[in-house]
Amino acid sequence: MEKTELLGLSAVALGSAIKSGRTTAVEAMEAVLEQIERQDKEYNCYVTVDREGALKRAGEIQKRIESGELTGPLAGVPVAIKDNLCTEGLRTTCSSRILDNFVPAFSAEAVLNLEKAGAVVIGKTNMDEFAMGSTTETSFYGPTKNPRNPEHVPGGSSGGSAAAVAARECFFALGSDTGGSIRQPASYCGVVGMKPTYGTVSRYGLIAYGSSLDQIGPLTGNVEDCATVLELIASYDKKDSTSIQRTDTDFTKALVEDVKGMRIGIPKDYFTEGLNPEVSAAVLKAAEVLEKKGAVTEEFDLSLVEYAIPTYYTIAAAEASSNLERFDGVKYGFRTGGEEGLHRMYRKTRSQGFGPEVKRRIMLGTFVLSAGYYDAYYLKALRVKAMIKEAFDRAFAKYDCILGPVAPTTAPRLDASLSDPLKMYLGDIYTISVNLAGLPGISVPCGTDSRGLPIGLQLIGDCYQEKKLIQIAYTYEQCGGSYHETI
Amino acid sequence: MKQYETVIGLEVHVELATRTKIFCGCSTAFGGRPNSHTCPVCTGMPGSLPVLNRKVLEYAVAVGLATNCHITRYCKFDRKNYFYPDNPQNYQISQLYLPICRDGYVEIETEEGSRKVGIHEIHMEEDAGKLIHDEWEDCTLVDYNRSGVPLIEIVSEPDMRSAEEVIAYLEKLRLIIQYLGASDCKLQEGSMRADVNLSVREAGTEKFGTRTEMKNLSSFHSIERAIEGERNRQIDLLESGGTVVQETRRWDEAKNTSYAMRSKEDARDYRYFPDPDLVPVSISEEFLDEIRSRQPELRTEKMKRYREEFDIPDYDIEIITGSKHMADIFEETVALGAQPKKVSNWLMVETLRLLKDKEMDPEDIRFSPENLAKLIALTEGKAINSTVAKEVFEVMFQENVDPERYVEEKGLRMVSDEGALRRTVEEVIAANPKSVEDYRNGKEKAIGFLVGQTMKAMKGKADPASVTGLLKELL
Repeated sequence: MEKTELLGLSAVALGSAIKSGRTTAVEAMEAVLEQIERQDKEYNCYVTVDREGALKRAGEIQKRIESGELTGPLAGVPVAIKDNLCTEGLRTTCSSRILDNFVPAFSAEAVLNLEKAGAVVIGKTNMDEFAMGSTTETSFYGPTKNPRNPEHVPGGSSGGSAAAVAARECFFALGSDTGGSIRQPASYCGVVGMKPTYGTVSRYGLIAYGSSLDQIGPLTGNVEDCATVLELIASYDKKDSTSIQRTDTDFTKALVEDVKGMRIGIPKDYFTEGLNPEVSAAVLKAAEVLEKKGAVTEEFDLSLVEYAIPTYYTIAAAEASSNLERFDGVKYGFRTGGEEGLHRMYRKTRSQGFGPEVKRRIMLGTFVLSAGYYDAYYLKALRVKAMIKEAFDRAFAKYDCILGPVAPTTAPRLDASLSDPLKMYLGDIYTISVNLAGLPGISVPCGTDSRGLPIGLQLIGDCYQEKKLIQIAYTYEQCGGSYHETI
Repeated sequence: MKQYETVIGLEVHVELATRTKIFCGCSTAFGGRPNSHTCPVCTGMPGSLPVLNRKVLEYAVAVGLATNCHITRYCKFDRKNYFYPDNPQNYQISQLYLPICRDGYVEIETEEGSRKVGIHEIHMEEDAGKLIHDEWEDCTLVDYNRSGVPLIEIVSEPDMRSAEEVIAYLEKLRLIIQYLGASDCKLQEGSMRADVNLSVREAGTEKFGTRTEMKNLSSFHSIERAIEGERNRQIDLLESGGTVVQETRRWDEAKNTSYAMRSKEDARDYRYFPDPDLVPVSISEEFLDEIRSRQPELRTEKMKRYREEFDIPDYDIEIITGSKHMADIFEETVALGAQPKKVSNWLMVETLRLLKDKEMDPEDIRFSPENLAKLIALTEGKAINSTVAKEVFEVMFQENVDPERYVEEKGLRMVSDEGALRRTVEEVIAANPKSVEDYRNGKEKAIGFLVGQTMKAMKGKADPASVTGLLKELL
């Protein structure tokens, strides 16, 4: 198969092309590696490309496909993995200097699930350091650029994964979403990204940022790929105490073009002055499309929206300050040289090993957990978190899904965000409450702004209602045209 | 000098007897090669996650029930954050806000009769690794085999007033926990560790004095001495117009003194918060019932039953039930058909003697009830005499040999062949005319010499009573 044709295939289409013998896993991998070779110097989607390993594994997988041993929909399909997911024998850095030389001894459960299904890992994608950031500019390995317009950021923290999908440097990717880290870069890069219900995908092997909020999910070229990948990575895992046993993970069953009678709530509090008018217009237009297909839309007050940001940054930072304590230069990763004494070594290693955004959140988290402040900040944040969940519960008593924007704007220009972290945090306003409530959310492309930058539509479902989201997103995509036609 | 009252509370750490660690499947076995009992979880590798070992919860609840605690029906684990290399995550998973057990007590016997020592709480936590300083290379090495070994910490109320009460309380805890099988509770090996919180106040006053916490106490003896030393130190301070500083002190066993480790001012802020990687534990009524139904007979009940069932002295009962292991051996041996009084004698005399000689604990007894029962049967059946039995027992005590086989192999069985014995006695009579004459002349004692000569000739394998009978008959 010709390279351009091959690279234009969705993950599922490539999987069936390999199965039918029109191409091979090795050909697909070669095409992707060539694409990376050609353009990744500019985009910087990858921190590590495992060229030799990927080709070797593709060869092995091809044999197992030919022998009839591997029959799954993504067998032989090249996948990119966010660099906070452990991969056995393959460097995993979290885009941080402190893990610059870290090679895990085991693979994340989600990665193992993909490998079992025959997907072939290409390499590890760039991200905001320890997933802290919204632009992929806090990476120790330099920013990733948005393939739609390289003067803009791809979003974050899974910016490398979203950009790699958009730039056809992979056929799909895994990301992680703590406060919007899958959905927001998907929106900025014009791809599909989904954060499943908390507990659906095992966190074993995901290097934790905010453990109670982190969830792994797919970044794909279309909704069908998204459902297919999610079906493969969702699993109950005894190694993760927060993993949930579900029997309804046959997500591809929901790839049905039908929204008749579906009740869709549009929170008025999402469409306020902070929202860019072009984004607002595109999102509301998407609602109209769904209405034409038979859905019933209605505006409502979600409430508590403005409390989501302080609540999120309190909880996520508190957990992060503790989760990142293990990076101390003693056991693995970066250690500063010439230190004298244990505590000086700790201080120097961490001072040099972490970037400014990570340090800011460690300090914030340390502060909110300190004696005398715990009740006023951390406990209060937990209470607000419960109230936010209740607000969603009330909404889902009435609606099958909530529809809104993913982010207030399209992708900002490079170097425009980090100087004002508070403003950057405000950009998370529509995504973080989904994590606080443990809900599933999906981002699907719904047009571009006047500069040609993609706009994302966010659909939020009640716990375990991924199928509804997939069905609505799929229906929308079918009438809106998939992004493949626009690339 | 004023009269002072000592007020003591204890924090007791007990290592639980689970086969695997609290949050991973690694072995808890003692003495493996450094870092051989480790995995990504107990070495704090990035991406690893803890999963609670159910057995830890069962033991903690069992100890809580046996110490009259309220069991927390919705409990959580918290992270205690501090940087130190023995702790691979730089936080210890413990319980602060919702510990598994609260508000219990145990009864101790004191000179003034029995009284209650309150238990403030019992919580579950993980042990840390071990740091080994290599003086030669001037570096510190870490062994994470201990990292993640399950512990419970039993925090008492400040209810004890003397070293004797502290020892009585610790003995009581030790017996309860050993009987539950939740731990072997060995102070020397560190499976039971006690930190002593102590303050003094003028007799008759209500208000507690400022307390200190004493660490590194590895035996009952050092606990006693540390309490005495700290009490005197605090009284001396107060008497000389000084004040006691709230601080943590470390006991130096060799120097018989303590020194300050850190004061309240530089106390660490551990930033406790609920561990988001572990789900809260909800304890159902069924779970509690299951644990209750599995609670074994504890010592007080066992002592009562022994008095009713076995005709052995109270003192024997006290000693035998003072170790769960010894009580188990006693009961199993009796169950195999041995007479309780005989079993008790072997335990009370020969076993205690050998334990003392070899500086061993009753927990270290290795011979099996089967072998003890066989030995008793051999002596009862007059297959061996008591001297030979003691000899066999000593070998059995050390190597748990089968006494039947040992007696056969060494040819120690008594000669039951009447003819052979008669021949030997006749030979002895023939060879010792002087003694024979003495006996016939009314010197009763002379027969003792003849019995001895016969036993010697029989190489000890004869029953002295039969020998005496036969001699009398032939003379």
